[in-house]
Amino acid sequence: MLKKEILLAIEDLTVSFDGFRAVDAVNLYVDKGEVRVIIGPNGAGKTTLLDLICGKTHASSGTIKFKNIELRDLDEHHIVRAGVGRKFQTPSIYEDLTVYQNLEVSFPRGRSAFGSLFFKRTQDVVDRVQEIAAEILLTEQLHQLAGLLSHGQKQWLEIGMLLIQNPELLMLDEPVAGMSVRERQQTAELLKRISANRSVIVIEHDMEFVRAIAHRVTVLHQGRVLMEGSMDAVQADERVIEAYLGH
Amino acid sequence: MPKKLLSHWITAKNRSDLINLALLALLLLVVLPLALDIFRLNLVGKYLTFAFVAVGLVLCWGYGGILSLGQGIFFGLGGYCMAMFLKLEASDPVSTAIQSTPGIPDFMDWNQIKALPWFWEPFHSFSFTLIAVLILPTLFAYLIGVAMFKRRVGGVYFAIITQAIALILTVLIVGQQGLTGGINGITDLKTLLGWDIRTNSARYILYYINAALLLGGIVFSRWLLSSKLGLLLVALRDKEERVRFSGYDVANLKIFTFCVAALFSAVGGAMFTLQVGFMSPSFVGIVPSIEMVIFTAVGGRLSLIGAVYGALLVNFGKSYFSETFADLWLYLMGALFIGVVLFLPNGLAGLFREPRQTWLLIKHTALMLVAKLRPARLRPEGK
Ligand SMILES: Nc1ncnc2c1ncn2[C@@H]1O[C@H](COP(=O)(O)OP(=O)(O)O)[C@@H](O)[C@H]1O
Ligand SMILES: [Mg+2]
Repeated sequence: MLKKEILLAIEDLTVSFDGFRAVDAVNLYVDKGEVRVIIGPNGAGKTTLLDLICGKTHASSGTIKFKNIELRDLDEHHIVRAGVGRKFQTPSIYEDLTVYQNLEVSFPRGRSAFGSLFFKRTQDVVDRVQEIAAEILLTEQLHQLAGLLSHGQKQWLEIGMLLIQNPELLMLDEPVAGMSVRERQQTAELLKRISANRSVIVIEHDMEFVRAIAHRVTVLHQGRVLMEGSMDAVQADERVIEAYLGH
Repeated sequence: MPKKLLSHWITAKNRSDLINLALLALLLLVVLPLALDIFRLNLVGKYLTFAFVAVGLVLCWGYGGILSLGQGIFFGLGGYCMAMFLKLEASDPVSTAIQSTPGIPDFMDWNQIKALPWFWEPFHSFSFTLIAVLILPTLFAYLIGVAMFKRRVGGVYFAIITQAIALILTVLIVGQQGLTGGINGITDLKTLLGWDIRTNSARYILYYINAALLLGGIVFSRWLLSSKLGLLLVALRDKEERVRFSGYDVANLKIFTFCVAALFSAVGGAMFTLQVGFMSPSFVGIVPSIEMVIFTAVGGRLSLIGAVYGALLVNFGKSYFSETFADLWLYLMGALFIGVVLFLPNGLAGLFREPRQTWLLIKHTALMLVAKLRPARLRPEGK
C-alpha cells in the first residue's frame, strides 16, 4: 500500500471542563485527500474535537499538528488562514446578506480592516463566486437573501463559504442533518467532488450517508477513540454497537 | 425572476437613497438658511453637530452591532481640543492684563494657577489643534477598542464600560477646575485666528462648514458601508463566530469601526465649540451619550440620513418641551426611546422609506422650526 502523507496529526489531545474530560487523550491522523468520518453517540465529544482543532476551545494538553504547524499556538483567524475551514453544526450564514454577498465576504482577500475597505470586486472574485455557487447548486439563488434559503441550501451555502477559501482541511459538523433524502444524495456527491484535492473531516449520524463518503471512520465514545477503521469493520464491531445501544 | 426583481429593487433603493441625500442637502444648505434667522440657524447648526455622533453610531451600532453609550467622550475631547485653542487665543496678555497672571485662561487665574500647564502649550498652534481634534479622540477610541475587543468584551459589557469611561472623564474634568475650567467648561471664546466667531457672518460660514462636513461624512459612510467592510459589519452583527472562522481578526474590524465613529463624534464636538462658543462637561457624560444613542434610534439605526433627522427632531423636541414642561422632558425622552425601540425598530427611516415621505418630513420640520423655535437663545444650557 502506498504510504500517504499526513496532513493533520492529533496526539494525546485532552480538554476538561471542570474536571469533565469532553475529549480524552485522543489520537487522530488524517491523510492528505482523505475523507474521515467521525461518529459517536450524542455528547461523545465530536463537536468539541472540532472546536479544539479550529481554536474555538483551548486544549488542556496534547498537540494538534497541521502541516507540521502547531495549531494550539495560533489564533482562530490564523488557523483559518493556515488552511483549516470549519462548518458549524447549525447552519451559520449571514441571513441579512444575499447568497452572492455571503460568498464574496468569505473570499480570502482584503481580510484586514483597511484591506476590506479598499477591496475591489475584480473579475476573478465574480468568477470565483459564480464557480462556487454552481458547485453548491445555488446559482439560481445568487441574489436572494440567504435568510430565505431552505435549511438544506443554508448548509450548502456555508460549505460554499468555506470552499471559496480553498482550505486544505475542511471540517463539517453534521452537514446533512435536517436534509431531505435527495439533498443528502446531492451533498454526498458534492463532498466527493470537493474532496478530490483536500482532506475532509465529517461528523455525521446518518449511516447511509457515512457509507457513501467515508474512507475511514473513527468512533468517539465518552471523549475517547473507541475504534477506527472501514465502515464495514466499524458497523460489525461489538463495542460500537454496545456504545450506541447502551447509551 | 426573483433575481431580476431584486436587482431592480437594489437600484431603486440606491436611487431613493441618493434622492434622500439630495433632499437632506437641499434642506440643510438651502431651505433652512432661507427659512430661519441666524439665531435659529445657529441652533440648528448646534443640533447638527450631534448628528455627527449619530451618523457614527449608525456605523458602529446600527451596522456593526457595537453599542457605545459613551460617544460623549469623543464629542467632548474634540470639542475641548478646539475650545483650548480658542481660549488661548482669547487669553492674550493684553485682554487678560487685570489677572494676577496675565496671558493664561481666566479660570486658571481664578484657581491660583501661575503658569500655563504643559499640555495646554501645543494648543497655541492651530494646525496642532486641528490634528489633535482628529487624532486624540480617535487614538483614545483605539486604546479602548484594543483593551475591550481583543479581550472579546462586547455587547452590554462594552456599553457599560463606555458609560463608565464617560463618567470618569466627566469627573476628571469637573474635578480639575484649574486645568479644565471645571463644571462651567471653557467659556467666553471669541476669535479663531483673529476672526470673530460670534458675528452673524461667521455663524453663517460655520453653519455651512458644519453642514458640508456632515454631508461629506454621510457620503464617506455610504462608501464605507458599500465596501467589503460594510458587508463584514452586517455579517459580524449576525454571526460573529462565522466571521472569525472565515479568517478575519474580528477585534480589528470592530476597533476600526469604533475609531471611525469616534472620529465623527470628535469633528462634531469641534464644530459645536466653534458654533456655540463654549464646551463643557455636560456634553461628555452619561446623559448626553445616551441622548446621542436616542437620536440614532429615533432616526433609524440603519439609516445615515435618518440619523440627521433624528438628531434634529429630538433636539428640537427637547428645546420645545424643556421650556414648556421642563420637568417632564427626561420622562418624555425615555418614553420616546422605549416607544421607538418597541414599535419602530428602524426609527423614522422605517416610516419614511420613500423620498416623497421624506419631503413631507422636511416640510414639516422646517415649518415647525420656523413656528416654534424662539430666537436669541444663544446658550440654552445656561452655564
Ligand atoms: N464549553 C463547555 N463547557 C462544559 N461542557 C462542555 C463544553 N463543551 C462541550 N461540553 C460537554 O462536552 C460533551 C461533549 O459535547 P459535544 O462535543 O458537543 O458532543 P457531540 O459528540 O454530541 O458533538 C458534552 O457532555 C457537553 O456537555
Ligand atoms: Mg455535536
